[in-house]
Amino acid sequence: MKRGLLRGRLLQIYTWLVIAWLVLPIAVMILFGFNDTHGRFNTSWQGFTLKWYGKLFEIGDLTQALVNSLVIAVLTMLVAGVLGSLIGLALGRYRFRGAGAMNLVMFAAISCAEIVMGASLLSLFVTLAVPLGFWTIVISHVMFSISFVAVTVRARVMTLDASLEEAARDLGAGPWTTFRLVTLPMIFPGVLAGSMLAFALSIDDFVITNFNSGGTVTFPLWIWGATRVGIPPQVNVMGTLIFAAGVLIALGNALLARRRANA
Amino acid sequence: MSRLRASLTPYALLFPGTLWLAIFFVIPTVVMLSLSLQSGDVVNGYAFTFNWHSYVDGISTYHDQIIRSLVYGLASTLIQIVIGFPVAYWIAFKGGSRKSVYLFMLLLPFLVSFVLRTISWQFFLSDNGLLLGPLKSAGLVPQDFHILATSAAVIGGLAYNFLPFMILPMYVALERIDPRVLEAAQDLYASKAQTFLRVVLPLSLPGVFAGVLMTFVPATSDYVNASVLGGTSNTMVGNVIQNQFLINQDYPTASALSFTLMALLLVGIFAYARALGTEDVLEVAAR
Repeated sequence: MKRGLLRGRLLQIYTWLVIAWLVLPIAVMILFGFNDTHGRFNTSWQGFTLKWYGKLFEIGDLTQALVNSLVIAVLTMLVAGVLGSLIGLALGRYRFRGAGAMNLVMFAAISCAEIVMGASLLSLFVTLAVPLGFWTIVISHVMFSISFVAVTVRARVMTLDASLEEAARDLGAGPWTTFRLVTLPMIFPGVLAGSMLAFALSIDDFVITNFNSGGTVTFPLWIWGATRVGIPPQVNVMGTLIFAAGVLIALGNALLARRRANA
Repeated sequence: MSRLRASLTPYALLFPGTLWLAIFFVIPTVVMLSLSLQSGDVVNGYAFTFNWHSYVDGISTYHDQIIRSLVYGLASTLIQIVIGFPVAYWIAFKGGSRKSVYLFMLLLPFLVSFVLRTISWQFFLSDNGLLLGPLKSAGLVPQDFHILATSAAVIGGLAYNFLPFMILPMYVALERIDPRVLEAAQDLYASKAQTFLRVVLPLSLPGVFAGVLMTFVPATSDYVNASVLGGTSNTMVGNVIQNQFLINQDYPTASALSFTLMALLLVGIFAYARALGTEDVLEVAAR
């Protein structure tokens, strides 16, 4: 009995160690946003300061890169959110010829190596002489996000009871009314989750963006460019703020879900 | 009429998204295939000539990088299974009411940019950094000891970056196991070890497969970890593709290498998809 208890504890300690390993670089990032560094390289601890939070937007290119990332992520969230949700709805609700092929394409898009996706999209743009920049980044982000949104929404749609929609139709609601008043509210949590996933994928993407960005710089690309010359503490601060926002949204989401479950 | 409209509805829903995927995902793959068979150079332009040499030259010049990518991808995937399985197991069976807290902690890294996380490791592991600096000044490791610019650093970085993608599908598979099945095994006098080896492990395999799928592909094709943590002697095929495409603009060679990488990965994926059925893989991947 005692041995079993110990073994249970060991696994628990082990799990916490793995979590600590996963979180360690984040802790390092947050800590060095408070580092009172003076040189170009923010690599050794010089004392605590809040000054980088005050000088957050002093590097013009970096601020512009962050703004680009946010705008692109919002556009991706909206476009991929709508297009992906429609696909998810079709695949989850209807049986039709071609559904298998569609599943296969989405499976390919989800499991395809990012570098292959980025390189082949660049091949298309190069062949057609499309100028690279802001819009080619948006196109690429929507492209790789659609399938993730579709799969998320499809999972939600499949758990729903189709008879509710039939009931709405029996009560005289037209297809559009049924969709607006019955289907959409039911699938909305899935749509929201899928869209947020698209936002997260977009704001974090490096590889595909790197291939299709031209002269436009996003937050990850700016950091990549700065690795050789030293990462300024402002990057740590921005990373910390994005992280904090993500944690708050996730916690808020969980609280809402719990409240809804209790109500 | 309304019958016809009902049967067309799914296609209308699919249309815009499918069009996007067709133009920007399916067609580009074909374009890249054609590009890989062209010859010429940046200045004079390229022409389609069924030029297989890009493949032959690309593979013979960069076979080191290709093999290294597969080895690093496999090694990091195996490490992730070994590290991740006990975590997934513990959360699924002993996590109790706090399961979602543990899962949330596992997902925390995804709230920080992939590039930034990798750079954070570079910074932590650097020759006189947070880890080695104190160890060296305490005399515990020799002065010329380094972790960066080794294959271990790259494999470790890959294992780190994709570990949650390995743990989550394994967790989903383990969590789905009906406790009554385990009780049945015990009722039939199976020992704990037997129950684990002959019931839990086989039932967790779909999760392991899905995890491998979700981590082996990005790990093998990655070039961020190799650039940031690996120095110049541990480059992977992704580094070559990136350089050829974006710096040398040798599109045929770069395309040929991308296609070779894709073919190698596809062989692996199809083996998995056949073993499991695509629907299943997608389902597990979606959770």
